[in-house]
Amino acid sequence: MAQSNNSIKKILTVAFALCIVCSVIVSTAAVALRPMQQLNVELDRKTNILRVANLYERGIDVEAAFAEITPRVVDMQTGEYTDQFDAETFDHFQAARDPATGRTLSGDRDIAGLSRVENYATVYLVGDPDNPEQIILPIRGQGLWGLMRGYMSIEGDGNTIVGITYYEHSETPGLGAEVNNPRWQAQWEGKQIFADEESIAPAIRVARGSGTGEHQVDGLSGATLTANGVTNMLQFWLSPEGFGEYLARFRAGIDPEEAQEADVELEAEA
Amino acid sequence: MSAVTPKSVLTTPLTRNNPIALQVLGICSALAVTTSMSVSLVMTLAVIFVCAFSNLFVSLIRQHIPSSIRIIVQMTIIASLVIVVDQVLKAFAYEMSKQLSVFVGLIITNCIIMGRAEGFAMQNTPGLSFLDGVGNGLGYGLILMLVGFFRELFGSGSVFGFTVLAPVQDGGWYVPNGLMLLPPSAFFIIGLLIWVIREMHPEQVEANEFKMKHNTEPKEAV
Repeated sequence: MAQSNNSIKKILTVAFALCIVCSVIVSTAAVALRPMQQLNVELDRKTNILRVANLYERGIDVEAAFAEITPRVVDMQTGEYTDQFDAETFDHFQAARDPATGRTLSGDRDIAGLSRVENYATVYLVGDPDNPEQIILPIRGQGLWGLMRGYMSIEGDGNTIVGITYYEHSETPGLGAEVNNPRWQAQWEGKQIFADEESIAPAIRVARGSGTGEHQVDGLSGATLTANGVTNMLQFWLSPEGFGEYLARFRAGIDPEEAQEADVELEAEA
Repeated sequence: MSAVTPKSVLTTPLTRNNPIALQVLGICSALAVTTSMSVSLVMTLAVIFVCAFSNLFVSLIRQHIPSSIRIIVQMTIIASLVIVVDQVLKAFAYEMSKQLSVFVGLIITNCIIMGRAEGFAMQNTPGLSFLDGVGNGLGYGLILMLVGFFRELFGSGSVFGFTVLAPVQDGGWYVPNGLMLLPPSAFFIIGLLIWVIREMHPEQVEANEFKMKHNTEPKEAV
């Protein structure tokens, strides 16, 4: 029996049959469960958006709470909203890869280590979309071990930080992974992004050791490279390369669209 | 070893022949996932499932597995089961699968499962092999749950997420032991558990492989 089992024909038959059976089982499981997994990923993303906006509590109805939040797609070069894409389904990671909607960064402009970046991104507005209480921006950049993806929430003045959170990263547990420690995250609340009214380069950064002033937060001990990654991605995404143009609209205090609408209304009244 | 009966294959892996405590297999995941009891429980269930069914399937086709590719055949079966478990967790327990992260995938390389498939299922009938897988999964789970209990209790002051010792961060009195949240603490706990189990079953204590020589006696110079 052992002899026949080890004949080349038998080996190939067993190997082939096993591969067929196993791949059918695995792909059935993957395909059948995919809709539920995507639902979970979506729910997780929404939970993270609510969490960064300090709207999340354990056990709340995420979908109902998310109804207060309006997603809009922003053209990052002009800082204007665009209706070119559906904000519900727009995938900015895919947009970054597409030559029509993304661009390649090179050399010293690529401080966050992204190599390709999108020209359009989805922002989430809490409250009245024309005059939001909070603006939630997607951010990402290289940490120590890999790409860190997260959200930053900013108050309606386009300058005061509400919070920051990462929903995907591969930093060292206990060191770099402390970026998701609520106590570290709590420090961000109330920090200012820009040094003064006119500046367009963000001043906010993670300090080495303990941070001082309204533009610095404490470093993560033992995780300097992760902290540098956080600083770099903020420097990138809050600069004119990222959401700088868009935030400028809020910092000036006048929403161009709103101003236009107000003009139209005035004319109508006159 | 005693005769193989359905009862013995289920119960011997618990203490008499525990995969972690006696065979010292599967230590990697035992260190990694035992920071909280709920995570340990999910890991235990996953390992019981994979171990039982990989044993069952390997045993079902054991007459037809060519010996030259038997390890690959076993691996393929185990890997398929692990992927199924991973997919199910992602669909029904997403938070849990995020916490377990790579360790569900790493069940593939858990030596307990490979060891049982090669060491037991290749020689025994499917029914017995299935029970043997359940038994070994339970033995693994027993250690995991005990380690998880101590680590969660002393590391976070809770059991299954329910606060038992109110930690100081939340205004309580208990200062959590940070070491308990780090993998090395599991080494200490597993070491102590092995000690306890060997007190219960002294026959597990191995004979010394060599004898220590007495120090040379000091002699007078003259």
